[in-house]
Amino acid sequence: MARLNANNLTVAQDILSRYPVPRSALIPLLHLAQEQDGYVAEDAMAHIAELVGVTPAEVMGTCSFYEMLKREPVGDYMVNICNGISCHLLGSSELIHHAEATLGVRPGGTTDDGKITLEAVECIAACTEAPCLQINYRYRNQVTTEDFDQLVEDLRDGTAGVAPHGQLAKVRQHIGDDRRAGVSPPDGQGEPAWMARNPSDNGDGS
Amino acid sequence: MSEQETVVNITVNGQPVEAQPGEWVIAAAERAGVYIPHFCYHPRMNSVGMCRMCIVDIDTGRGPALQPSCMVAVTEGMVVDTTSDQTRKAQDGVLEFLLLNHPLDCPVCDKGGECPLQDQTMAYGPGESRFVEEKRHFEKPIPVNDLVYLDRERCILCDRCTRFADEVAGDPLITFQDRGDQTQVNTFPDLPFSSYFSGNTVQICPVGALTAVPYRFKARPWDLTEVESTYPNPMGDRVVVQASRDQVLRYQGVDSDAVNWGWLTDKDRFSFEAAASDLRLQTPLLRGTPLGRPDPGGSELVETTWRQALSQAADAIKGAIACNGPQSVAVLGGARLTNEDQYVWARLAKGVIGTDNVDAQLDDGLPADAVLGLPRATINRACTPGGTVILLAPDPKEEQGTLYLRLRHAVVNDGVQLIEITPRSTGLSHLAAHRLHHRPGEAAAVATALVGGDIDPGPDGDIGGAPAADVAAAATALADRADQPITVILGRPSLAESADFTLDAAAELARFANLLNAGGRPGIAFLPALHRGNVLGALDMGLAPGLLPGRTTLADGGSALAESWGSVPSAPGQDARGILKAAAEGRIDVLILLGADPLGDYPNAEQAEEALNRVGTIIASDLFLNPSAARAHIVFPAAGFAERRGTHTNLEGRITSQRQIITPPGTARADWAIATELARQLGADFGFGSPEDVWEEIARVAPSHRNLSSQAIEAADDGVVVADSSIEFAPPDAPTSAPHIDAYSLRLVSARRMYDRGTLVQHAGSLAGLAPTAVLSVNPYDFDRVGVEPGTDVQVISHVGEMDMPVVADPGVPRGTAAFGYNYPDLDVRDLVDPEAAVTDLRIQTR
Repeated sequence: MARLNANNLTVAQDILSRYPVPRSALIPLLHLAQEQDGYVAEDAMAHIAELVGVTPAEVMGTCSFYEMLKREPVGDYMVNICNGISCHLLGSSELIHHAEATLGVRPGGTTDDGKITLEAVECIAACTEAPCLQINYRYRNQVTTEDFDQLVEDLRDGTAGVAPHGQLAKVRQHIGDDRRAGVSPPDGQGEPAWMARNPSDNGDGS
Repeated sequence: MSEQETVVNITVNGQPVEAQPGEWVIAAAERAGVYIPHFCYHPRMNSVGMCRMCIVDIDTGRGPALQPSCMVAVTEGMVVDTTSDQTRKAQDGVLEFLLLNHPLDCPVCDKGGECPLQDQTMAYGPGESRFVEEKRHFEKPIPVNDLVYLDRERCILCDRCTRFADEVAGDPLITFQDRGDQTQVNTFPDLPFSSYFSGNTVQICPVGALTAVPYRFKARPWDLTEVESTYPNPMGDRVVVQASRDQVLRYQGVDSDAVNWGWLTDKDRFSFEAAASDLRLQTPLLRGTPLGRPDPGGSELVETTWRQALSQAADAIKGAIACNGPQSVAVLGGARLTNEDQYVWARLAKGVIGTDNVDAQLDDGLPADAVLGLPRATINRACTPGGTVILLAPDPKEEQGTLYLRLRHAVVNDGVQLIEITPRSTGLSHLAAHRLHHRPGEAAAVATALVGGDIDPGPDGDIGGAPAADVAAAATALADRADQPITVILGRPSLAESADFTLDAAAELARFANLLNAGGRPGIAFLPALHRGNVLGALDMGLAPGLLPGRTTLADGGSALAESWGSVPSAPGQDARGILKAAAEGRIDVLILLGADPLGDYPNAEQAEEALNRVGTIIASDLFLNPSAARAHIVFPAAGFAERRGTHTNLEGRITSQRQIITPPGTARADWAIATELARQLGADFGFGSPEDVWEEIARVAPSHRNLSSQAIEAADDGVVVADSSIEFAPPDAPTSAPHIDAYSLRLVSARRMYDRGTLVQHAGSLAGLAPTAVLSVNPYDFDRVGVEPGTDVQVISHVGEMDMPVVADPGVPRGTAAFGYNYPDLDVRDLVDPEAAVTDLRIQTR
């Protein structure tokens, strides 16, 4: 959709200031872009490339490696139903069929109102709570079809208490001015800011 | 380091091998004659161990284990077995995996017949695949740029092209995308792999995934014949020229340790298309009537015979000598020729006709004494680890592509410190340790301060436009490494300013060089970054005023040479500027153009026009009927690269051979033959029957080339560097100073771009469209001051002309400066530049 907006650009500068080398901020900035638009837009990748000093192709290379960074628009809520072996034995296939029928989309699809994207995923490591699913990566355990219908209703009403796709946390990490690493000096020219800031840390663990 | 430490003893297949410390096993084995199959390993790039094909049994004392030989460095006592059952089984398995998704479309694949994957599957792979599932599918070839197609289905993900783009070219515009079995090489959407070096990825691709548009479906490898040769650019890049049915179809880079490391620029790699152009000259032409009848006053050029063309040319020259003396004959150009061609033309002009009005450069380079009179560096010296390179030249990325690659590698990997003294940023700026971007015309002040001279900073705390603190830091850094080799890349950074500014700066560095070089240190040497093909050969062969073959002058070497030649001119003649000025004043009767196009190339277009109008007889020897040759009275069709053999001299003075593989078009002849024939018509029998005859004479009479046999040049892998020179650098008597610039103007910098309006690019179908359209680049902070908006069309006014063009913001251009390409196909900067003025100031206004 778009490049980072003015607010997010300020946040991006804050994120950049945490790292001695700008390109270290690449993945946090991709998350920021996904928070802004719900997915990582190509323009946002190009913008991030400018901010961290790499080419857009390199940003694309990193972004496309990670499944959870979406490069196409998705619904406000990603519903990932686990289809691992434990969930499968406890009825996740039926749950997926039910979801397909009630939402009217196949896994990977987004409902017409743009609210929900359905995905069937491999084991999400909650086998004791099978069958389980995630909404924007927040777990719901031992989900029945009734639970699912209620969940969809809550999501559509906005009463499920889940932040829209892309938002990682309700509280944003902030680095105080005295803790900033900043952009490191060129190679071989002085030590990085974080090293100079902690003169007592002489590297021997004392 | 003691003797023991410089050799690591390993055993490869039972044979003892002496390896170098830190060497990869695969490289040590290869030197010992044991080939280990591989796809991703490339000796000029970092190892990544992507393809796993080079796994062999390596025993470091803990028993044999399979390890990738491109990732394991040799250690003392290591035992390597490349033929064990375990190794063979592993290779077989790796190939079966690599072929899972590889389409078996070899019969229609361009790589078939020269494909490492095909070859190694034959030698090491399984006969059959057990994979019966559907292979992955991608859209068949997609263009990654205008010259290269990518077929992702064939790709085996060896990382060679992406590593090349990132590590070597510095243009990481293709990367791996997606993950797992969907991993693919691709560009960012709508952002092509616009690198000047993209063709190299095609050459190093071990499968048919990357193919070059100009070669696709043109030939099969087994139908190609090939010769090793030297590409006629100032770097003297080593190439293999491949041809089929008397047509050149491909150039491939040759890994010459001293020169290009196997790389070529796209411009050079794909320029073979121009040589096969239908517009090549095929027969001699003479002035005639529109009906084709020869007529000296005719308006058309009509085809004729060599006999008639040569005799008319000889008559014109004889007439000119008889009427106005030999000085009324002048020769321009010759940089495109081989050394042998140049020598014969030089002997014809200076020994037979008796004129010294000879210049291979068109007032866009440096005087011969600055090239031949300063201590000369080699490329390897410039790239010595720990050394310093001072860039006092135009952007090597635009003008000497492979030199840029070598310097980039040296700076990134070998700790070479780069100091830029340039009027704007270059392709190397982001890697430079010190960027001293000066105002046009003020390089000398920066150079003086850099070598410790006392220069008062201006009121703004700058020296020639570069911050005084930056200059001081660079001076300290230079002094710190003064015991390491220092190499100055010397060229004309801008054609919108007088060459004297560059010479003043060079003189400062040369003074410092004398100090350093006298102290027993490696000191300073110079690498001339001149533009034209074999221009360094032209200077060596005496195609410059006052010069004779063998880097000697009329005064020093004239009497010795006169014994072989009969006579030499008594006084130095004019350079290109002087010749064209004299011609415009009617003092030149015969002008011989050797591949030169003053109308298109000479900085003073108006004067070139006048000159060509006034000259009685213009004789052109060329490949194409360029604008100047079209005005000629007599045109000789010349043989080009790969159509004749000879030798080439690069910017180091390195002489390498060029070989013939196809016949010239029509009746075109090599220039040495044309000149020999013309000399015969003028009554001088040179007795040359082949380029070897010519070289024999060069080795006899040219002092710097004395006793250098053609066999010695052929035998040396990287050619022979000629270092001798008896020429003294004569800097300008008094430094030139740039006039003060007023607050409303921007000072112009104009340098060449790689893709230009030149004959070669415009006649090569694949390259012609790549030349950018004209824009004026201005620092983003200057827009307010001059009162225009970035991205708009503006009117640009100098005191000699004006034109309309778009203006863009470019932070690489210093404040107070405007940059405009010298050779855009659409707008000609020469309409703005006053060639007589020291600098050119522009005013910009909205239209």
